Amino acid sequence: MLIAVLSCFILACFAPWLHRLGGRQSGWLLSVLPAALFVYFASLLPEVSQGGQLQFAYPWFPGLQIQLSFLVDGLSLLFALLITGIGFFILVYGGRYLEGHQSLGRFYIFLLGFMGSMLGLVLSDNLISLFVFWELTTVTSFMLIGFNHEQEDARKKAHQGLMVTVMGGLALMTGFIMLGLAAGSFELSTILASGTLTEHSLYLPMLLLILLGTFTKSAQTPFHFWLPNAMAAPTPVSAYLHSATMVKAGVYLMARLHPSLGGSEAWLLILSLFGAVTMVTGIFLASRATGVKRVLAYSTVMALGTLTMLLGLGTEKAALAAVTFLLAHALYKGALFMIAGILDHSAGVKDFRDASGLRASMPITTVVAILASLSLAGIIPLFGFVGKELLLEAVLTASIWQIGLTIATLVANIMVVLVAAIMALKPWFGPQIETPKKPHDPNVALLVGPALLAVLGLVFGLAPALAGNGILTAAASAVYGQPVTIGLSLWHGINLPLMLTISSLIFGLIMYRFWAGWRHITRFMQTAEKFGPEVIYERLMLGMTTFASWQTKTLQNGYLRNYLITTLGTVIIIVGWALLRVNQLELDINFSDIKVHEFAIVALLILSAIIAVMVRSFLAAVAMLGALGFGVALLYVFFSAVDVGITQVLVETITVLLLVLVLYRLPEFRSLSSSANRIRDAIIAGITGLLMTVLILAITSARQLEGISDYFLQNSGPLGHGRNVVNVILVDFRALDTLGEIFVLALVAIGVYAMIHLRTGALPVTNSDRRAAFTFRRSQKEKMKADEQAQKEGEAS
Amino acid sequence: MKPRRFNMRSLILNTGSTLLLPLLVLFSLFLLLRGHDEPGGGFIGGLVAAAAVALKLFAEDYKAARDMLRVHPLQLVGVGLVLAALASLPALLVGQSFFTAQWWLVDLPIFGELKLSTPLLFDIGVFLGVIGTVLTVVFTLAEAEHS
Amino acid sequence: MTTLMAILIGTFYAAAIYMMLRRSVVKLVIGLILLSNAANLLIFTVAGLERGIPPLIPKGQDVIAGAAADPLAQAVILTSIVIGFGVLAFAVVLIHRACEVVQTDDMNEMKGTD
Repeated sequence: MLIAVLSCFILACFAPWLHRLGGRQSGWLLSVLPAALFVYFASLLPEVSQGGQLQFAYPWFPGLQIQLSFLVDGLSLLFALLITGIGFFILVYGGRYLEGHQSLGRFYIFLLGFMGSMLGLVLSDNLISLFVFWELTTVTSFMLIGFNHEQEDARKKAHQGLMVTVMGGLALMTGFIMLGLAAGSFELSTILASGTLTEHSLYLPMLLLILLGTFTKSAQTPFHFWLPNAMAAPTPVSAYLHSATMVKAGVYLMARLHPSLGGSEAWLLILSLFGAVTMVTGIFLASRATGVKRVLAYSTVMALGTLTMLLGLGTEKAALAAVTFLLAHALYKGALFMIAGILDHSAGVKDFRDASGLRASMPITTVVAILASLSLAGIIPLFGFVGKELLLEAVLTASIWQIGLTIATLVANIMVVLVAAIMALKPWFGPQIETPKKPHDPNVALLVGPALLAVLGLVFGLAPALAGNGILTAAASAVYGQPVTIGLSLWHGINLPLMLTISSLIFGLIMYRFWAGWRHITRFMQTAEKFGPEVIYERLMLGMTTFASWQTKTLQNGYLRNYLITTLGTVIIIVGWALLRVNQLELDINFSDIKVHEFAIVALLILSAIIAVMVRSFLAAVAMLGALGFGVALLYVFFSAVDVGITQVLVETITVLLLVLVLYRLPEFRSLSSSANRIRDAIIAGITGLLMTVLILAITSARQLEGISDYFLQNSGPLGHGRNVVNVILVDFRALDTLGEIFVLALVAIGVYAMIHLRTGALPVTNSDRRAAFTFRRSQKEKMKADEQAQKEGEAS
Repeated sequence: MKPRRFNMRSLILNTGSTLLLPLLVLFSLFLLLRGHDEPGGGFIGGLVAAAAVALKLFAEDYKAARDMLRVHPLQLVGVGLVLAALASLPALLVGQSFFTAQWWLVDLPIFGELKLSTPLLFDIGVFLGVIGTVLTVVFTLAEAEHS
Repeated sequence: MTTLMAILIGTFYAAAIYMMLRRSVVKLVIGLILLSNAANLLIFTVAGLERGIPPLIPKGQDVIAGAAADPLAQAVILTSIVIGFGVLAFAVVLIHRACEVVQTDDMNEMKGTD
């Protein structure tokens, strides 16, 4: 299992070379891996469809309770099959679609990387590794959306997708940590087995955070805007990301956590409301769009909304409807996106208004497109019909807002029919018009994917039990948390859902008839979009950069003393506040145990510190510092620190020498600051000093724990064979620290040496300098070569 | 050429430094070697040795001090670092964890017991590193004034 | 004695910070020296002041019989003194170079990228 997930990443590393090796057929070559993985996952089907669960665990960070563990049940296997299955077609398709593109190798790297991350995401049994894979999909999809990075638009759109999903990802991580703490484990299988968490005190914050993550990923309103914009990606990427994978990751996670987090009032309300709103918004925007990929992208938003709503309802029927709809959607949407790519690739058509009557020149594509669109519209006997019937049944038996949700679904369905009709009829029928490229049926590599996916939609439609017993019931059980007993069937008899489907079909076709008029009526949306979430997002981004530059100018102003004042002010306020809050602050003030000589030295030290601050002559200040250093050394010796005292004396000597050596040449002290500044600084310095004094007194009188020094005192002799405990600590017990220290010293030496010695001519300043340096170096090289040559010749003769 | 401001050419200092220098160097070695048992050690020894060479610099001039040292102080830093780092390795050879101290007690007939150990090697590394660093700084600055 | 030391350290800190807030780089260096002394003394005092019992094991024995001053704090301070010297040396040379190039010791005039 580990190999299955990692193989994608490994292959990604070698993809550019394999791509060169495979030439035109590189897509076929690389697609062997997803095909093999598909077969592997399919081989797990029999066990999983019986309700079995497979678990695989590999230790990763044992100390942090993070292990690389994988869980295969119906839900994750359904996703794994979709990812590898559609991934296979996409690789074949993408290899041909982007043939001759200069960075096709890069495309393979990211696509395979994305596939691996996605597999990891759906198979992970550990919340932390799931999150890592989640973020990996964000990063790789960013690379894929921004694939045409020379275009500013693509960069911008990729950036937008990244920002929105990363923001959600952060929320998700927090939610995961809460979930892990609440459930007492980061293993999904344990969390799911431990029952519902809706009574936990952290439930609501954790739910909201996780939902923020899934909603951004799965483009729920108001985050839906990034998804159509992500169409800046090459079409194979869109087909892959939006049919089966990236955007469904959020849905997957909601489905996965449903047994633990679902069933509460909050879950029901939030998910059904946002799902329904997204569903209607998505399909409404789709009905207004004319760009081929844009229409499909918005209808994907609709599908994601539908899935969220179904997961929100959370009944047995809804769970089954969700997985059925998910599979149906993956099949027809993958096919339709690839057809959109074919339209672009073979006819140069990017907008529905530019295409008409292509049926004669692209007969096979036409058939495939109609087949897939019929599934989208939910027409019997295609698999989409099965999904749609279940959807309507689930909505009709919803526990809240039955009528509202039903109407929303009906409205959405009508417009879905419109979109399907546009896709199935508009480019193919009617009078033939001139297209930018001469239309023709594409190569088999481009056609095999959509054709097979569309045919699968028909097969599953005719024999729903094939999909149902195979995987969907198991997947629905995983979502529902208990075994699902309802089976799938094509014909449910003449009932209310069927009536609704038929009426939506009729209304949808009428709408198609007046499509242009509909777009005209709803043109007010253009105004409304000026206030839409995308504009808010852009405002936010702009505001963030404005704020960043403002705070940089304010805080990072280049004056050391402003930094110092800010830092000290913060310390004073926080520490001072903490000191004031301590109830019984015991300050052990005791002057009784002072010896005369100690008092004399301390008094001298205080005096010399004050003089060092006051004097106007540099030499006097240095002299005071010297006196101060030696006084401190004496204090060390008095209080049993012999080694420290000696070191201090020596260092002090050398320091004074250095100061005299270097700073002697600097100007005398001047009064640079105003007296107001001096007073302000004196106050800050005074308060800090006072605070330190109080802190020391507080610390020394509140010491509670035993230090670790006793260990060194006890073991220095027996273990270190030394009687000077300080030295034994330095060179034996903590030798690694000392090694680090002398490395620092070495750095100082090198830095000092470099500063003084490498000063002139090291860096050419102007361009002419640079050129001169270059010419000089070249002439030197040539001269050396000539010399060598001459030498060789001399030897030869 | 600018006058050398730090050169306090005085007969007393000059003569004194000639006499003191060998003593100071010897003393620094003494401090280094006894460091494990009595106050002293690599840091202190290194500082004394560096101060001794610096004394030469002040008593005579930069060139005299430089000649006395023979090698460039940066080389001392390098050797010191290598020795200190090497001290971490013997433990690996006998299968103990990195940097565990190793002791070899050698009985010499006249001088008594000689304690050889990796901490000693390490301390010598520290000693050389400290000398090298201090002298690099001092020499570099003196040189800058000199030229 | 701790009380007296606390007052001393407070004075050092105040003097150091006052000097570091000045515009002259030279005063900044003086402030730096004062600050490192203050920090060393802080560690030393907080670890506990003991008179006349250095952490040295008497000859011929394996452990110290009675109490001893805290050796760990001493080792830390010893390291800190030497590192402080290194940092100071670097700062001094840097300032030396900077003054040479910019021809001023006023930090307000040093600001800027040219």
